[in-house]
Amino acid sequence: MSLKLKALLKSPWVFHLSTGSCNNCDIEILDCLTPRFDIERFGILLAGSIKHADVLLTTGSCNRQSVVRLKRLYEQVPKPCLVAAIGECALSRGMFIHSYNCPVPLDRIIPVDVYIPGCPPKPEAMIAGIVKLIEKVKAGQKRKKK
Amino acid sequence: MTREDILNDLSVRFKDDIIDVFDKSPKRVYVEIKPESIVKLVSYIFKDLGARFNIATGVDTRQHMEILYHFIIEDINLLVSLRVKLPKSKLEIDSLVSVFEAANWIEREIHEMLGINFNGHPDLRRLFLSDEWPEGVHPLRCDYKEWDKKAIRDRGV
Amino acid sequence: MARTIVPIGPYHPLLEEPEFFTLTVEGERVVDIDVRMGYNHRGIEKLSEMKTFDQSTFVIERICGICSTSHPFAYTRAVEDIITVEVPERAKYIRTIIAEGERIHSHLLWLGLAGHFLGYNTVFMWAWKIREEILDVMEILSGNRNNYAMFKPGGVRRDIKSEDIPEVLKKIDSIVPTLEMLKKAVIDDPVLHARTKGIGILSKADAINYGALGPTSRASGVARDVRKDSPYGAYDKVEWEMIVAQNGDVFDKAVVRILETFESIKIIKHCLLNLPEGEIDLNIKNIPPGEGIGHIEAPRGETFHYVKSDGTNRPVRHKVRAPTFMNLPTFKATVVGETISDATIIMAAIDPCYCCTERMAVRNTEGKKLYNGEELVKLSQKKTEKIRQESGC
Repeated sequence: MSLKLKALLKSPWVFHLSTGSCNNCDIEILDCLTPRFDIERFGILLAGSIKHADVLLTTGSCNRQSVVRLKRLYEQVPKPCLVAAIGECALSRGMFIHSYNCPVPLDRIIPVDVYIPGCPPKPEAMIAGIVKLIEKVKAGQKRKKK
Repeated sequence: MTREDILNDLSVRFKDDIIDVFDKSPKRVYVEIKPESIVKLVSYIFKDLGARFNIATGVDTRQHMEILYHFIIEDINLLVSLRVKLPKSKLEIDSLVSVFEAANWIEREIHEMLGINFNGHPDLRRLFLSDEWPEGVHPLRCDYKEWDKKAIRDRGV
Repeated sequence: MARTIVPIGPYHPLLEEPEFFTLTVEGERVVDIDVRMGYNHRGIEKLSEMKTFDQSTFVIERICGICSTSHPFAYTRAVEDIITVEVPERAKYIRTIIAEGERIHSHLLWLGLAGHFLGYNTVFMWAWKIREEILDVMEILSGNRNNYAMFKPGGVRRDIKSEDIPEVLKKIDSIVPTLEMLKKAVIDDPVLHARTKGIGILSKADAINYGALGPTSRASGVARDVRKDSPYGAYDKVEWEMIVAQNGDVFDKAVVRILETFESIKIIKHCLLNLPEGEIDLNIKNIPPGEGIGHIEAPRGETFHYVKSDGTNRPVRHKVRAPTFMNLPTFKATVVGETISDATIIMAAIDPCYCCTERMAVRNTEGKKLYNGEELVKLSQKKTEKIRQESGC
């Protein structure tokens, strides 16, 4: 398990999952791939299928129809998998907290490892968030070895 | 035809169907009509006057339900909104799909959000609400109440 | 011939849902198409009734990220229509500048995605690289790359400083040569012609019957644009042309969008150079009972908002209609009869904004071949490669 996590942290493949968002965060995630920010030079690729994912980037405020798909997709991800909640909607549903179609926040459905706030968070913030996630996992590993 | 010509023509041609005309501003007119005459009036406005169908709005006022059909006559920049008042005991009206295809989806949406029935619509399925949403619960009504016991509505702080 | 049901996946790389449309296919030809929506429905119309008129503007901005200016623009015009009032001149010019900046970034986004679906990843990277310059311009003018929060009922919330204008003009001028290069790359490429001409034709009669809007209908010969028919903002004070094409296929839709980008640049430069002095806000204190309608031209078509007020500080009813709501049903007319490998690009050609409308989903079938989104995009890219090899370029 720790060998896989070590390999995962060297070049994490991200998979983007949207559970009912306004697409702003999703476009900023795609912006990270474009020549100005270019995260591919760090080894971070956008995976085509969920079975290749190491990190799940979730956006969106979990509306009723998407929750069914979200649970099914999370079961298909090969563990260990890290989850990053991006944007205010994924943190706590933001302004959609009283909406009739968004009953529960994301972290009651799947376990979340890092929260990246913003509406939408800038690409620099997202990259900083992923770096913090990697450092957190590495620190967690070191503590376990002792 | 100018704006005045069109409004006078409508008042004369459909004088039994029109209940009220509210001339709000040079670009906005609200015409209240009887529910039975909707297809007749819409056919005239769409085909003969060449107006474009914008959208239909369903409103739940406490006394009755209203549907507003918005059309725009682009050559003279006039937005005509046809208002239809439906009593809460009899929530049904004829569908406009026979006149133009653009009415298909909006009638499905009004049906699931407010519970108004459209006679003659080919396919009145759900459009936006999820499969687990219970039947008979219409979110945009005034008396809609939260039915989901497991919903979390506080921020947890 | 045996019929197969093909559920189609996300042809938008942003969306990850495995399937959303259901195509019924005979051999290679599409026979029927059905959509299931509801993945993006957040109940915004009901939410708007819980917020005041000012707070509603911030909720409305987050209906969609790509056309995030068009919704507050139409909403503030609807609220101003209740009292039939016009905002000051400087506010009109500032609103126009922001709206046109958004149009440029939205069309470039679409161009990149269309390039990706056809297999031209270079176009994708180039278009999004130029788009970053426009986002820098918006950041200088409003403080944020995406949700600008510049609109309020009665005017605009923030002013444009005159010392920012030279830098903005310099940035806009710097992207024009690259845009010209992209325009030639798209319009003169023979493989793209073979791939997009004659595909997914929407006839003029169908465009009127379905109520299609924006570049989707202008590519079919319907010469309608809210900026010309019901002028608002500063559009009647600038010289600009409406772009109309006649054939209604995917190629014409791309051409209309690319040429509109150049017109937008013209409008922004004129507004920045001729910005009048004066107030930017009317300071509306309360809204009397009444109804108002606001409609403006978003990058995808006409956005329509209806607001009803009863004298309190909250709207009683707020109806939102995005242009994609009217454009999506045209799939029945354009996709049926085409092949599977073309389905992706035809559906992308209307520039759908599902968050504005709602999104699509799955119909699962027993024992038939299922394609998901990635496979369909690859099918589309393979067809381009085949055409390129056959034509010998």
